[in-house]
Parts: sequence; C-alpha cells; structure tokens
Amino acid sequence: MSRIDLVDLAHSYSGNDAPPESFALKPVTMTWRQGGAYALLGPSGCGKTTLLNLISGIVTPSRGKILFDGKDITPLSTQKRNIAQVFQFPVIYDTMTVGENLAFPLKNRGVPKAEIAARVRRIANLLDLAPYLNRKATRLTADAKQKISLGRGLVRSDVAAVLFDEPLTVIDPELKWQLRSKLKALHRELDLTMIYVTHDQTEALTFADTVVVMHDGRVVQSGTPAELFDKPAHTFVGYFIGSPGMNIVPAHVDGREARIDGHTIGLHRNYGVLPAGAKIEIGVRPEFVDVAPPASGLLSATIERIDDLGRIRFARVRVGDSKFAARVPPGFSVPNNMAGLVFDPAHVHVYADSRLVEGVA
Amino acid sequence: MDKTVNQKAWFLVLPVFLVVAFSAVLPLMTVVNYSLQDTFGNNQFFWNGVGWFKELLDPTTDLGERFFASLWRNLLFSAIILAIEVPLGIVVALAMPREGWTVAVCLVILALPLLIPFNVVGTIWQIFGRPDIGLLGYTLNSLGIPYNYVSNEFDAWATVIVMDVWHWTSLVALLCYAGLKSIPDAYYQAAQIDGASRWAVFRAIQLPKMNRVLLIAVLLRFMDSFMIYTEPFVVTGGGPGNSTTFISIELVKIALGQFDLGKAAALSLVYNLIILIVCWVFYTVMTNAGAERPQKEGSV
Repeated sequence: MSRIDLVDLAHSYSGNDAPPESFALKPVTMTWRQGGAYALLGPSGCGKTTLLNLISGIVTPSRGKILFDGKDITPLSTQKRNIAQVFQFPVIYDTMTVGENLAFPLKNRGVPKAEIAARVRRIANLLDLAPYLNRKATRLTADAKQKISLGRGLVRSDVAAVLFDEPLTVIDPELKWQLRSKLKALHRELDLTMIYVTHDQTEALTFADTVVVMHDGRVVQSGTPAELFDKPAHTFVGYFIGSPGMNIVPAHVDGREARIDGHTIGLHRNYGVLPAGAKIEIGVRPEFVDVAPPASGLLSATIERIDDLGRIRFARVRVGDSKFAARVPPGFSVPNNMAGLVFDPAHVHVYADSRLVEGVA
Repeated sequence: MDKTVNQKAWFLVLPVFLVVAFSAVLPLMTVVNYSLQDTFGNNQFFWNGVGWFKELLDPTTDLGERFFASLWRNLLFSAIILAIEVPLGIVVALAMPREGWTVAVCLVILALPLLIPFNVVGTIWQIFGRPDIGLLGYTLNSLGIPYNYVSNEFDAWATVIVMDVWHWTSLVALLCYAGLKSIPDAYYQAAQIDGASRWAVFRAIQLPKMNRVLLIAVLLRFMDSFMIYTEPFVVTGGGPGNSTTFISIELVKIALGQFDLGKAAALSLVYNLIILIVCWVFYTVMTNAGAERPQKEGSV
C-alpha cells in the first residue's frame, strides 16, 4: 500500500509533439490517498482507461511523473511496479486450475508455497470460489472467470493499489450488485487502495469514497458523491451525475440576481465580478426546482411531459428556448400546460465557461 | 423445428456424387480389385485373394522386407522433420514482428518456399548440394568437411531433411503466427501485471492458445512428410542404395518399374490405411490433451 501521486502527468498516443488538445490525457496533478476507494467516472473515450494504464505501467506517459510513496516509478516496467489490475474482460490461463490461476501472481514473485496456499484459500473464500479451486478454469462461465480475474488482482497483499477497468461489464445485473458490495467489503477487509474505472454513475457512487470525474481527457472534479451532487465543479459533472441531470441554462448574472428569459431569480451568494466575455450559465438540479401553479412572481414555463419515476415525478418544461426538468410536488395537478417554477436559491450555481464560480456569501 | 421434406435436393447433390464417384470411389475400387488379383499382361487377371496382403505383411518375403524397410525409414523421416519443424516454426512465429511494414515483408519471405513447385525444390537442392558445382556441397568440401549425398547415406538423409525443413517450416510458422495474432492484448497485459516471465507467458498463454493451430500443423506436416515423393526422388532418387527410398518411391518402383499391379495395389491400400490411422490417433490424442476431462458447466 502506498500513496500515489501524479505530477503533471499527460499522455498522447501519437507522441509528445502532438497538439495539446489531442492528448488522450491532459496534464493532471493529483494524489490518491493510501487505502482509499476511488472511482474514475466518465463517458467512453474520456481517458479514464489511459490514466489507469499509465498508473499500472502498461502505457508509458508522454510527460509527467508517477510517484508511489514519493518514489518516482515512471520508468519502471509493470512487473517491477507493485500494482494489480483487473481488466474489462476475463483473462484466464487456460491450462491451469482455478487455484493455480489465483496462485500465478504469487508464484511468479517467488512467494513461499505455504503462504501462497493460505492467501489463495482466503481470496477463494471471499469470492466464493473455494469449491472450484481444483477445477480447470476454461469451462467456467464468464461470471466465474471474471471472479477469478478479480481474485488474481486481490491475491497479492503487498500491492500499492488494485486497479479495476470496468470489471463488471460481463457480469449479470443481479450478480453485479452482489459483486460490487463484495468489492466494497473486500476493500474494508483487505485495506487496499482501489481505483475503479466505470462509466456507470451508480457503480461509481456506490463503490467509492472519492469519485474522480473525467471529461475529454481532463479530471474535472474529484470529491465525495455528496459533493458531486451538491456542488458540481463543472457543468459536465452536473449533467453526467444525477438522473435527470442538472439544468444548465444561459443567464445574465448580476450581483445577487440572475435573469432568465426576462425573469429575475434571487441567488444565495453575491457574484460581483464575473470573468469578462465568458459564457455565463446557471445550473440547478431538478430536485431543487418545483413546479407550481402559474403566478406573477414565478418564472413561467410550458409543461411538455411528466415522467413518473415512482417515488418522484419530474416535469419536462420549456422556458423560452431552454428546457428544464423540475420536481412535481405530490398532489400537484396541472389545469393546463402552464406552470411557474420555484427555485431553491441555495442550490442555484453560477458557471462561467462551464466552470463553477464561487460567490461571496 | 420440423425438417423440410424435399426430395428434389437429391437431384441437386447428384452431380457431386457423380464427380466423387468417378474421381475417388471408382479408382479406389479399381485398386481394391487389382490388390486381389494377379496379372501377367494382356489384360488377363487371375484371382489371388488376400495373397498379396499376406506377402506384404510378412517381412521374410521380398515384398514384405521392402515394405517394412521403407515404412520405418518413412516414420523416422516424419519424426525427425516434425521434431525440427514444429519447435522451429514456433520460434520463428514468436520472433516475427506484430505490427508495422515488417510484417508484410516477413510474411512474403516466409511464403516463398511454399510457392515453389515440389520438383523445383528438389532440383534446387540437388544442384545446391553437388560437390562439384553446388554452393553448399563445394563450400563444405572446401572447408574440409567431406560431403556427398550421392555416395554417403548420412549426407543423403541430412540433405533430404534440411530440404524439407527449408520447404515447410514456413507453413508451421505461418499457422503459429496466425494463432499468436488472435491472442487479445489483455492477456499479455494481465501477464505483465501478474509478473510473469517470458517463459511463463509462453507456457501459460501463447502455447495453450496455439494448441489448435499446432494440431493442424502437425497433422498436415505428418501427412505430407509420410507421403513425400518428389523432392527426395529428384535429389537422391531413393539412394544411395535404398537408404532414402520412402514408401511412395518404393510404390512407384513396384507399380511402374516392375509393373506388379497386384503388389502395388495391396501396398497402396495398406499405405493409405496407415496414414488414416496415424492421423486419427494424432487427432484424438491432441484434442484430448487440449481439453480437460468432461465436467459440468460450472456456475460459481
């Protein structure tokens, strides 16, 4: 176990001379705490697998450094780094039994036999693989094979971190839940640093203490699930996390007021100085906008449809050219399609060029 | 689902049956017919029963002695070239580049020997090995290593074996290369993560994944080498003495040299049967070695 620091780390698959905008991973400096459970969340092609492969050493960075406990390991090969990684699709050594598969990473490192046996037994018990230890691994189902891959990742006790690259893609939805909670339990039990790559926000939010959101090769925010929900640092985080995503609409912001479509909304903080020439937007989660009967003090909207999610209803409304999602209070009925929107000022955020602007209280 | 009953289908496969009948079944039956009879020319045939087969399988007779001698020679030859070509083919395949323009260059160079007609291969080596004008033969003799495939049995064997290795290792290498190319990158990455050595990667990933193509390579090379005729015939003519007379060369001598149709037919049938049996044994052994004992589909 160790702390992992990334220092100005960047990578381009077409070499260091490629234009900065084409980099698969744009320069990032950050720290992964020892023993943390991290999720790397982002859409396909945002650079999260690249970042993972850089940490494990499968890819050598175009620039920047990786430090394990302050020691520069950037030039070391994957074998020499103390790291484990589980891939998206199961990798099984065909000729070996389940037990031999689990023992393989230990055997290659010359761990004493007795210790291997004990460790394999422990991991097999944790993953419910114990009854299959003497079976050939080839004929097992995809689920079981992926469990073996997970087991190989977890079997070494001395690793700096275990990296998971969308490891549950091939698993049945029902088993997915079980395995995810199992991983979480394993994290507590084995006290390993885990980094979990996924494009599924539920998976990320349930697994991790810290979620790192990536977009277009950049780390846009890293924080607890609650922070990502309450205070997205980037409009991308706003609409990528949450269902439905955050409402982001262009607005004129002046001091404690925002104007949308000729209507003024009060803000909780004072935004005196905004960057000149920036694109100004306000963002508010649908959970903090309520639909109400039309009234003179409210932003008027046209209801287009209402989605009933069971526990909660969301209205899709239109204000001028912008679209909103807003909460429909219990018992609310619409006489016609007209409604007013009630905002919770504490949860209205202001964004300049997609980045959060901190107001003054 | 019910099968569609359609008798018209028979008419559609009939041409194939006819072609197969005339090209394979009828000639084979003719051979069976010859093997049971004796002839002294003039298209006169006399019933001989299984006489030729008895003689063939009895090493004390002339025919039996020649058959067994050439059979052992042939088996030894196949064993040697398999022992060389399979490991060598694997090594060549492993050493080949995975990507870039060099791949095409390697593939073309490897394919060259495979594209040369068999008797041209024989002629190339026949001239190459000649002590008077051949590059190989002249060089070896000049270096003080006596080499003459016409008079020395060992030299003759060495020439025939090296020629076959030169001609066919490419096939094994190309098959193995195809097998290697089909291994997803994730396997190599996982092996790196697991700290596997080069040898461990070969044992745990590459060899098991090449299993299937190796089976095909061994079968093809066995059959071809067991039926070899043209190249040794062109180079050594089966000599010196009978030292490189393989079964097919012996067969041609009996059938066309002595015109003993009955003996030749009996030999052909036994020859054919041996190839079938050995291939079947190979196939069964190798498929069983690849797949483990039957077990239930496991869900964990």
